[in-house]
This record gives sequence, C-alpha cells and structure tokens, in this order.
Amino acid sequence: MSAVFETTQVTQPSEHEVKAVRSFKAPRDLVYKAYTTPELVKRWMLGPPGWPMPVCEMDVRVGGKFRWRWRSNDEGKEFGFHGEFKEVNAPAKLVHVEYFDPGDVGGDMGEGAIITTEFSEDKGITTLTSLMDFGNKRARDAAVATGMTDGMEQSYQLLDGVLAKR
Amino acid sequence: MQIAKDRLDRTFMALADPTRRAILARLALGEATVTELAEPFEISQPAISKHLKILERAQLISVEKDAQRRPRKLVAQPLAEANEWLERYREAWEASYERLDGLLEELQRAAPRHKPKKK
Repeated sequence: MSAVFETTQVTQPSEHEVKAVRSFKAPRDLVYKAYTTPELVKRWMLGPPGWPMPVCEMDVRVGGKFRWRWRSNDEGKEFGFHGEFKEVNAPAKLVHVEYFDPGDVGGDMGEGAIITTEFSEDKGITTLTSLMDFGNKRARDAAVATGMTDGMEQSYQLLDGVLAKR
Repeated sequence: MQIAKDRLDRTFMALADPTRRAILARLALGEATVTELAEPFEISQPAISKHLKILERAQLISVEKDAQRRPRKLVAQPLAEANEWLERYREAWEASYERLDGLLEELQRAAPRHKPKKK
C-alpha cells in the first residue's frame, strides 16, 4: 500500500531540485485529464487571488508547446511560463521543460526547468509527484523565493532583491 | 531582509550535504564533541571538522568555547527560517492543489463513469 499525502509535501532531493507530492481522491485518468486539458488547468493552476489565467494553451504530445499567462485584475500586469513537452505517457507520466516569461512583473528564473510529473493510482487515490529540476542551486532558490503565496508583487520584489545582489 | 536571505543561502548550502544533515540529526539528540560526532562516519576527523565549520558559519551549530571538550550544540533559529521559506512555497502548491481537489470532485459528480476501479 503506497503512502497517501493529504496535503502537499515539499522536499529538496538535491541542491538543484524541488519535489512536491500530493494525493487526490480521484482516479488517475481524471487527474491526468485535469492536468492536461487547458480549460481545466485554467481553473486550478497557480494564480493567487486576483490573478486569473487568461492564456492557457497546451499541445500535449512529444515536441508540443505550451503557453501559460496570468494577468492581474487590478493593474493588468502579466507574467507566464512557456515550454515544450518532452515525454508524454498518458496517464502515468509527463516531462516538460518550462521557461519563465517575466512579462511586466520582472524577475528572471534562469535557464528553464525540467519538470517530471508522475501519476500513480492506488485504490482510487491518485498520487501526483512533481520533480522540478532547475539545473542549479541559484535558479532553484530563486524559484522557491517567488513563492507565489503572499501577493505576486511582493514575491517579485523579493526576487528582484535576490537577483540584484548576485 | 537581505541579511536574512544571505543567511538562508548559507543554511540551504549547509543542509545540502548528507553528512552534515546526519551531524545535525545527531546534535538534535544533545550536544557532542568532535570525536563523538566523527564516530559513526567512515571519514577522517579533519573531514568532520570541515563539515562542522560549514555548519558553524551557517550558524546551525555553536561551540561551547569555555568547556574543555568544546562540545557542539544545535542552534534552532536558522533551521526554522529555512523551513518557513519552504513552507511558503509549499502553501502556494497546496492552494492550487486544493482548487484541483474541488475540480476533481465536480468532474466525478458530472461523469459517473469515473468510478473507483475494482481490484
């Protein structure tokens, strides 16, 4: 019987990686669908309050591109991610490379990250494991520092400070 | 804020090594001398001293200077700060995943074909 993670567990397997694990009360094919269907992704991915996701394009096949953008309701500022799918094995595994588009919020996350997402099901519970490889420690720490919790603007000011120092 | 970030860098750097994490785990049980800390590892005492220096610089451990044995002690504060940093990141994920929980529930109600598989 595999472990169930009722809340997200975040660990750092190495200097340049972050791993997030979370279980969902749903079959694997449905979790995969919610993860790979743009209309569904738009409804849950990231986006702190006041930052909807007006652009969500995903061509989920090997070599297919994706583009995600968030826009603030208040100031109309934007930022996003774009990238390419490297491995697609529905509904078990996805590998994509993602690059940060600072838009008008500024900041930089370096060379791009390789994200490996695995979906495993046990007794109707699906566990999602995301391994984010940022390539180096600096990029990893910058990505963690953006946090995306207590206000995007605040996070990016923090990131600017971190990057200005280097 | 900047000072805090520098310290965080040092904390994460210090924590990135398995030997140093093992040393901290040992010190979590109580203070210990360099000789005592070196015992469980198959590395030289100078190598252990090097690890201890990195941990000291990150202010994760302190040295009892007055005592003859110069035991090392765990310092809790920087570890708490490192956890807080990661915790904020974790909360961002959790917020998205909670929205995904709600969406999955809705999809399952809408599409009864998604019944739990029989084993």
